[in-house]
Amino acid sequence: MTVPPNIEPGRPGTGPGSGNLDTTGGREDTAAAGLSIKARTQSELVFRRFVRHRGAMIGLLVFVAIIVLAVSSIGMGPVPGWWDKSYTGTGSVIDGGRPTLDVFPSFVDSDGFAVGEHPFGQDSIGRDYFATTMRGAQQSLQIALLVGLVSTFVGTLVGSVAGYFGGLTENVLMRVVDVIITIPLLLLAAVVARSTDGNALTLGLLLGVLAWTSLARLVRGEVLSIKEREFVEAARAMGASPLRIITRHILPNIISTIIVNATLTIAAAILLETALSFLGFGVQAPDTSLGKLISEYQTAFATRPWLFWFPGLMIIGIALSVNFVGDGLRDAFDPRQNKVRA
Amino acid sequence: MGVFIVRRIIISVFTLLAATFVVYALVANAGDPLAPLYQIPDQNRQDLAVAARTELLNLDESFFTRYLGWLTAASGCVVGACDLGQSITQQEVTTLTLQAMGSTLRLVTAATVVAILFGVTIGIVSALRQYTGFDYVVTFFAFLFFSLPIFWVAVLLKEFGAIRVNDWLDDPAIPTTVIVALTVLAALAWQAVLGGSRRRRLVVGLVAAVATAAVLVYLSEARWFARPALGPVLVVLISLGWALGVTFLLAGLRNRGVLFSAVAATAAALVGSIVLAPVLSDPSWLVIGACVLGLVVIGVLAGYALGGLDRPLAIRAAVMSGLLAGLTVFTDYVLVAFAGYSRRVSGVVVKTIGSGTPNFDGTFWEVFLDRGLSLVLPTTALILISFATYVRYTRASMLEVLNMDYVRTARAKGLTERTVTVRHAFRNALIPVTTLAAFDFGAVIGGAVITETVFGWSGMGDLFRTGLQTRDPNPVMAFFLVTGVLVVVFNLIADIAYAYLDPRIRLA
Repeated sequence: MTVPPNIEPGRPGTGPGSGNLDTTGGREDTAAAGLSIKARTQSELVFRRFVRHRGAMIGLLVFVAIIVLAVSSIGMGPVPGWWDKSYTGTGSVIDGGRPTLDVFPSFVDSDGFAVGEHPFGQDSIGRDYFATTMRGAQQSLQIALLVGLVSTFVGTLVGSVAGYFGGLTENVLMRVVDVIITIPLLLLAAVVARSTDGNALTLGLLLGVLAWTSLARLVRGEVLSIKEREFVEAARAMGASPLRIITRHILPNIISTIIVNATLTIAAAILLETALSFLGFGVQAPDTSLGKLISEYQTAFATRPWLFWFPGLMIIGIALSVNFVGDGLRDAFDPRQNKVRA
Repeated sequence: MGVFIVRRIIISVFTLLAATFVVYALVANAGDPLAPLYQIPDQNRQDLAVAARTELLNLDESFFTRYLGWLTAASGCVVGACDLGQSITQQEVTTLTLQAMGSTLRLVTAATVVAILFGVTIGIVSALRQYTGFDYVVTFFAFLFFSLPIFWVAVLLKEFGAIRVNDWLDDPAIPTTVIVALTVLAALAWQAVLGGSRRRRLVVGLVAAVATAAVLVYLSEARWFARPALGPVLVVLISLGWALGVTFLLAGLRNRGVLFSAVAATAAALVGSIVLAPVLSDPSWLVIGACVLGLVVIGVLAGYALGGLDRPLAIRAAVMSGLLAGLTVFTDYVLVAFAGYSRRVSGVVVKTIGSGTPNFDGTFWEVFLDRGLSLVLPTTALILISFATYVRYTRASMLEVLNMDYVRTARAKGLTERTVTVRHAFRNALIPVTTLAAFDFGAVIGGAVITETVFGWSGMGDLFRTGLQTRDPNPVMAFFLVTGVLVVVFNLIADIAYAYLDPRIRLA
């Protein structure tokens, strides 16, 4: 991958923080001051482009908000949350379990904004559906993040080892990748998940061990081209070990591919986990996940539609925000695609 | 090239072999098929059942022996003597697979074809209109579709796409609010797609709005959806419209040779449809196939005779126009059959369950409607995700090509924008998309498992899901064998196509 030139395209002097232009001085002074435009490192440039990407920032905000909401509301493990109902406790069904959440402020409808006793409603045995959905979101998020971490680690490791060492190592590793890619991911995931007890941690680890193949291919391709460059040769001539060359010289140059792929994997993993749980091979009762909730209540659509809507919207919210973050990251790392054509 | 293909085929076969071993090992590990039998309270009956199932699945032998046994029997498929073993309910898995394969393949093929057609088209337009409102809207929807859980969409489609549509078809008047909304949408969409100066966009928007509103009001007032049909006048007009559109895209309307051959092919197709009317009232797929072949021949002849200097181009345009005219006639026949079909299934037109009304028998058109309308919802659910992938991929690929030097050269030597886009940029932009089609196929298969579950199709997905639930190895292996072969074949075709289209990678 070519390194973008270290200059900021665009309008000098009009963007926020774009150097110390002295606008009060004369023309010659301004021109001279133009030279003192601040130099930025590669990572600063990437960061600035990312922060300016509106879709990515909104996505990041929504994603963080969903995580905070899911974790803080019902707490995690021994730590209690601020929501007073749990996802296991049953109660009397109030108003047919209809949701009490009213998002419209008072000037749209008469009763105004309200959270109420059961904002997402209740299921047929009176469990608070807000707590249930939050629990489902926790489980799904946990699995997705774990898949993202594990698959990124494995994919980078396999791809860089195969690309750097070449020869037999590469052949064996890439044939393994070929074999795994032949098997549709849903089939692989379902068969593997079937042999677990449906625990979120195990599930996340296992799916992570399966979903790394495309990243490995990408990383290998990039390593193949970068290892031929002069700076790698220089490092080798100075006696650097392969481990050092890979981690200090090669990987920093392909970090963009890895990070972008990791975000997109997280988005895909959310959907994969929910699909598995929907088919009944994912998270098992008594615990729950967003996909399992939809699977349980798909027939209730006519009578209690909220049991179906809220987990679905939650899945879309998570996947959509992560996808937007991934897109923003890709644009920030590699702005070539954004060029307006001549 | 020959060596390349042979090498790729050999590698594919070994990859597939290794993959069957991996899946067999994983399935064997996914749970004990005997476990449910230990629930039988009566010890005597339990022992008998366990012994019977052990015998059936050869569970007393080692894992490798079982795998080799399965492989030997399954490899008979190559010479046409398939034996995929028995399920735990003692049914022949080969028979089950053959029954299930048809409906699944129909679903997967329909979804892939439609997704490619729409995805590539919209991706190209989105790239040509980069950073306009249209581009942003398309990008947003692509992301939304990426993020949709397919089962959630499927359940929604069942409610809004089938149950409510069927109710509405009882008295198909279009509510005024819907007419207004669609009119505004059409105006916005058309001015965004066609682009240009503000004045031109305004005119385009207004024309689109008036046309849409007029058509919708007419459809609503005439209760068109209760007895839909195009009628001879519209068929002729639409077919001529196709001919003009194809000529405009491929050569420009000023190229008379191409224009005349396209119109001639259309006219020949329409005349042919009148002559063949008795046959077409209840044809078979063989007749349809023959018609398609006939249209191609007519197109080639028309292009050859009238094409003038641009003969190859004229032939292409004439063949496309002829086929599109044929499609219009086909659509008309299907629509005419609709009213009768609707009566026969008593209003349950769009199906939510199954891949067709059981024991349904009628004319070719009615059976086609029956199959097609049960296919609509699962396909829609399945399309959304691949559609988004194709849009994003085509857009990126097209933008990259449009930034290349040879495109600038083409513009610099004075070619029209249409020629640059259609004949120079578009073709090269499609090369990477061929690879995507192969990759995407695995995802579509996975999606098919879910859609089949929601819509109650008894296809391959069902075979797999129940097989895995009841810890039944043979159906799961059959599912993998079919999907794995398909994935490998698709990858092979994509690789060969890529090597053919882009000679640079043949060396690798």
